[in-house]
Amino acid sequence: MADTTHSSTGLSPAGATLLEHYRSQVMTRRIYTILVVVGVLVALFAAMSYANSANSGKFFERLPYMFDFIKNFMPRDPFEIFRAMFGIESPYFDGSAKYDYTSSNIWLTDTIYIPNFIYQLIVTVNIAIVSTIIGGAFAFCLCFFAATNLVGAGPVRWVVRRIMEVMRAFPEIVIAGLLTAVLSIGPIAAIAAVSLHTVGALGKLFFEVVENADMKPDEGLKSVGASWLERVRFAIVPQVMPNFVSYGLLRMEINVRASTIIGAVGGGGIGEVFRLSIGRDYAAQTYAIIILLLVTIIAIDQLSGWLRRRLVGDASFNFGKASV
Amino acid sequence: MSAISAAERARLEQKFPEVFKTSFLKRHGLIVGLGVTVLYLVFCWFFFNVGPALQNGKWDRTSIYVQDWYSWRAQPRLRFGEDGTITPQWSSRGQYPVGATIDWLTPHEDGSMTVTFGSDADRLDITTTEVNVFVGGEAWPVAITEDAAIAPEGVPAAIQQDGQKVIVDFGFAGQAEIRDNQVYVQRRFFGWANFLYDPKSPLWGHDFFSSIGLMFSGDRVNPEMSNAQFVVNQWLNNQAWQHADILVKLFQTLVMAFVGTLLATLLAFPLAFLAARTITPNRTTNWLMKRFFDFIRSVDMLIWALFFTRGFGPGPIPGIAAIFFTDTGALGKVYAEALENVDDKQREGMKSVGASPASVNRYGVVPQVLPVFVSQSLYFWESNTRSATVIGAVGAGGIGLKLLESMGTNSDWDKVAYMVLLILFVVFLFDNMSTAIRQRLIGGTGH
Repeated sequence: MADTTHSSTGLSPAGATLLEHYRSQVMTRRIYTILVVVGVLVALFAAMSYANSANSGKFFERLPYMFDFIKNFMPRDPFEIFRAMFGIESPYFDGSAKYDYTSSNIWLTDTIYIPNFIYQLIVTVNIAIVSTIIGGAFAFCLCFFAATNLVGAGPVRWVVRRIMEVMRAFPEIVIAGLLTAVLSIGPIAAIAAVSLHTVGALGKLFFEVVENADMKPDEGLKSVGASWLERVRFAIVPQVMPNFVSYGLLRMEINVRASTIIGAVGGGGIGEVFRLSIGRDYAAQTYAIIILLLVTIIAIDQLSGWLRRRLVGDASFNFGKASV
Repeated sequence: MSAISAAERARLEQKFPEVFKTSFLKRHGLIVGLGVTVLYLVFCWFFFNVGPALQNGKWDRTSIYVQDWYSWRAQPRLRFGEDGTITPQWSSRGQYPVGATIDWLTPHEDGSMTVTFGSDADRLDITTTEVNVFVGGEAWPVAITEDAAIAPEGVPAAIQQDGQKVIVDFGFAGQAEIRDNQVYVQRRFFGWANFLYDPKSPLWGHDFFSSIGLMFSGDRVNPEMSNAQFVVNQWLNNQAWQHADILVKLFQTLVMAFVGTLLATLLAFPLAFLAARTITPNRTTNWLMKRFFDFIRSVDMLIWALFFTRGFGPGPIPGIAAIFFTDTGALGKVYAEALENVDDKQREGMKSVGASPASVNRYGVVPQVLPVFVSQSLYFWESNTRSATVIGAVGAGGIGLKLLESMGTNSDWDKVAYMVLLILFVVFLFDNMSTAIRQRLIGGTGH
């Protein structure tokens, strides 16, 4: 028997056993793969049909309306978009808010003005920058207490990490909503909401950087009797600073988007203007805002990408990009 | 430490000028940076009108809102009748069933009423002509006249005459507003009122443990179904807390994140092969594909969400579509970068044995990038679970919209706290799940 196996596959009995094992392992692996894929697909279709039934309009019923909406959602002429963008009076102006591009302009002097949408955009971008600065400052202070190499694996690390996790997961709209109820609609609610999330998100990235820092400078300072604070200041901070700034910039890109969304639920800025204009069917104004936002986001992405490449070089540039 | 002589010092300075005479920016960069940041923050203080906004804030309400997160208020208006009786009138959120015995609100036979705030030392004895206010055991009679309530002279700070009414503050336990025709009582208790069953339910008054006991007891409360079923049914249909509705909305949010991310992954996967320079040697296709990714990624998720809400109506579909569009761009970009960084040797190996282009990619590329792809998608799934909440709030439905509605009433902060806890729990659960899957995929080194 062993002899026939030997002749048919050209393998020794040991080799044949090996081949058999290999084949059975491949088989098991394939079965698992198929099971996982089928499971995910079943879950996907179940979830999709559930989503369809839970929606107020059904997908295939609404699809023609969707196309109609896109088709009809056109400004009266293409230049209307630019008039809306730069706050220039429309030839179609009939007293309604739909064609009123001028009344919200911010006049700096008698002749120089900032168009309303650009002003709102400046508000949104400023919200993002301020929240990144505030959140980054707090994350900077907290991150050293979450790093194992600086405080050990004790209760301090545990508490600080849990605080960061809660800040990260806490729904931003609740902070914004609570502050809106107290302070009425305005940028402060948005700043607080975005800052809080930033503390959690940046704090996590920061302490990971600190944990990866080279501990030799720290040992050197320890050997000359430096205190904990001095060791952090002179051994750790100079090492991690470029990475911190790089993550801060990356966070700022994300915060521009976040502050737009928070703006739409009560934080003011371009998000709110956009929600109103699309809700009231002001096509020209909606397109103007979309173009402005697109240009701003691409510009900020490029600028911060360039700065980060200069700061940390390509290797760290890509590191941790997805974990934000 | 031994000192360096002046000559030695001069020699060192001359030998290493780059160490001793660095540029201005290098020496003072930190201070300049901090100064600019502080100046910018000061500018923003005025730009955003922070000062006036903080001044005009309704700070007195804040403490009430925050206390509402973990405690509840019973708010009866005790109205004075013509015949000397007092009848409590409950708000729409009445937390007691009709005719229930309330231990802090005792009616007496002569029509008067006693309201206690924690202990007998802090209470109100209410008749239609006089309200006896006990603060710390001391009695202060407040006289009720035709058109006003008047506090006596020399009252403590807890009792305040405010125009024609008298306000009594008992701290956390509550407060009372005494007027000429009613006493408006706010009695605060720790915890969430009626979290299990609403006052209309036959199970009202049961706590968690007695409910569990009920589940295992033989006598059916409702002959039509078993006790366990009845308890769950009554809990889900709690009108005050709307458990069923909240859980369904939470599930919708999770569905949005799951379907959106998965569809984006499925579409981004083939497109990334077209975008990667090393896989598809056609510059025009690469360029077009990458710009396409950039475009749909840079149009904000908010814009997609509002756009599709406009088209499909509120619900999970616009949320799914928004996440799908944004993430196809983001994932496509990340995937294409991963594909461009693959090790070429395996592809060469496949080519050298004469494999077809499809096989080269299947066996030479996919095994290398698949763990990276899956791990990236899991990251996105995780973060989308969070962003689906916000997307919901702008109109796509789900728990976000429910949160916004509850906050809009300004009196449902306990419900907001409940939903926040649910969201936190789900986010932690998913974080840990996706971390576990990722670690199994890339063997513990990935984070």
